[in-house]
Amino acid sequence: MSLQIRIRKRLPHFDLSLDIVCPDEMMTVVIGPSGAGKTTLMRVIAGLEKPEEGFIRFGDEVWLDKGRRIFLPPQKRKLGYVFQDYPLFPHLSIHDNAAFAAGKKKGAVRQLLERFGIEHLRDRKPDAVSGGERQRCAICQALASEPRLLLLDEPFSALDVFTRRDLRDQLHQMKEELSIPIVYVTHDVNEALYLADDLLPLVDGRVDRQWMQRSIARADTLRSDRTKAIREPRLSLAY
Amino acid sequence: MDWTALFLSLKLALVATSVLIVLTAPLACLLAYSRMPGKAFLEAFINLPLAMPPTVVGFYLLLLMGPEGRLGRLWTGMTGSPLLFTFAGIVIASIIYSIPFALQPMRAAFEKVDPRLIDSARVLGLSAPAVFARVILPNSLNGIAASAILVFLHALGAFGVILMVGGSVPGETRVASIAIYEAVETLQYGSAAMMSLALLPVCYTFLLVVHRLTRRRSS
Repeated sequence: MSLQIRIRKRLPHFDLSLDIVCPDEMMTVVIGPSGAGKTTLMRVIAGLEKPEEGFIRFGDEVWLDKGRRIFLPPQKRKLGYVFQDYPLFPHLSIHDNAAFAAGKKKGAVRQLLERFGIEHLRDRKPDAVSGGERQRCAICQALASEPRLLLLDEPFSALDVFTRRDLRDQLHQMKEELSIPIVYVTHDVNEALYLADDLLPLVDGRVDRQWMQRSIARADTLRSDRTKAIREPRLSLAY
Repeated sequence: MDWTALFLSLKLALVATSVLIVLTAPLACLLAYSRMPGKAFLEAFINLPLAMPPTVVGFYLLLLMGPEGRLGRLWTGMTGSPLLFTFAGIVIASIIYSIPFALQPMRAAFEKVDPRLIDSARVLGLSAPAVFARVILPNSLNGIAASAILVFLHALGAFGVILMVGGSVPGETRVASIAIYEAVETLQYGSAAMMSLALLPVCYTFLLVVHRLTRRRSS
């Protein structure tokens, strides 16, 4: 099932104005500078914020239609949302956090924890594990709820480079197994090129297809010749 | 030394606290999370007992709970007995008088719960009551406990309000604060000193607990 979004939402400095489709079984990567409206877009998709005008449809289910006053609350959208700063429930153990919305599927939770390598931490509280382990748990939590759509909002931006690469690889693998649309937000060009099936550059609330090329070209002219030589060939951007 | 009065004070404080915490929790939740219009007016009204002299609060409660008052008539209709100068009467008076003391710390505790946790729980499919029970409540237990202790101490020390609606019926409404006042009035300083001394360590200990509860939460 694909996700169709056509919204306009007023933000302090500009309007977030989009008309996009996120196809099924594909990872749509939303990339852009900070403050471009990426997180707002995710919150609107999740139903945590309402746009002034718009229409959101998932498959044949209408989630939002301002014209017909339809609004499906976040509880009923059945999606997974991994937040930028992974807010786990501090009063629950790693296992209970992951199983928070899993219902009775205990075995599935265990498998997820094992897969992400945090099964041995199952009884620890979130403040007793590292940032990378917390983020793994947040991903398990979202996946264990069997979402129909997965939203990932700069999930690895606070992690060190090795953990980030590790988790990124794991996500790349999982993408093939999960047959749901995934929307991934990042400001990291490498990450975007590595993960994306479809790239969606977002600048000042609008889709700007030329942004990537422009910013890569600009970075090149600013860089001295020596570092430029190290960075060539340009494909190294794609890992 | 009036042991009955001390015991009555404890009983009053316990009953009032337990009822208040259950009653105020939804109200505190409403004030912490809703964006309804006129919230400031509602809040100022609920906080009135903080600002007004206890005798004024007591006077209004006396009118409300008297045989001609709405609450008094309702009570007599239900139970057949008057409300003024009874234990039930001073429980109700203490509850109304202590609402702000229960509400403020609880509201502050609810507001301190990370809004991202609430967002996360909603996205994970929890209804509003489930979010309250599974996320907000477990993460504000310290605040609720602090609130309960403050209310308990406040009810333990209430004087003016209880004197207005309860008078001083031994074993029924003559609580410690009133017994101490009467002991002083009749120049029984020894008895007053004993009862005061009995309250002092209770209050001191509880305040230490409140300090500990609120400090741990902020760190």
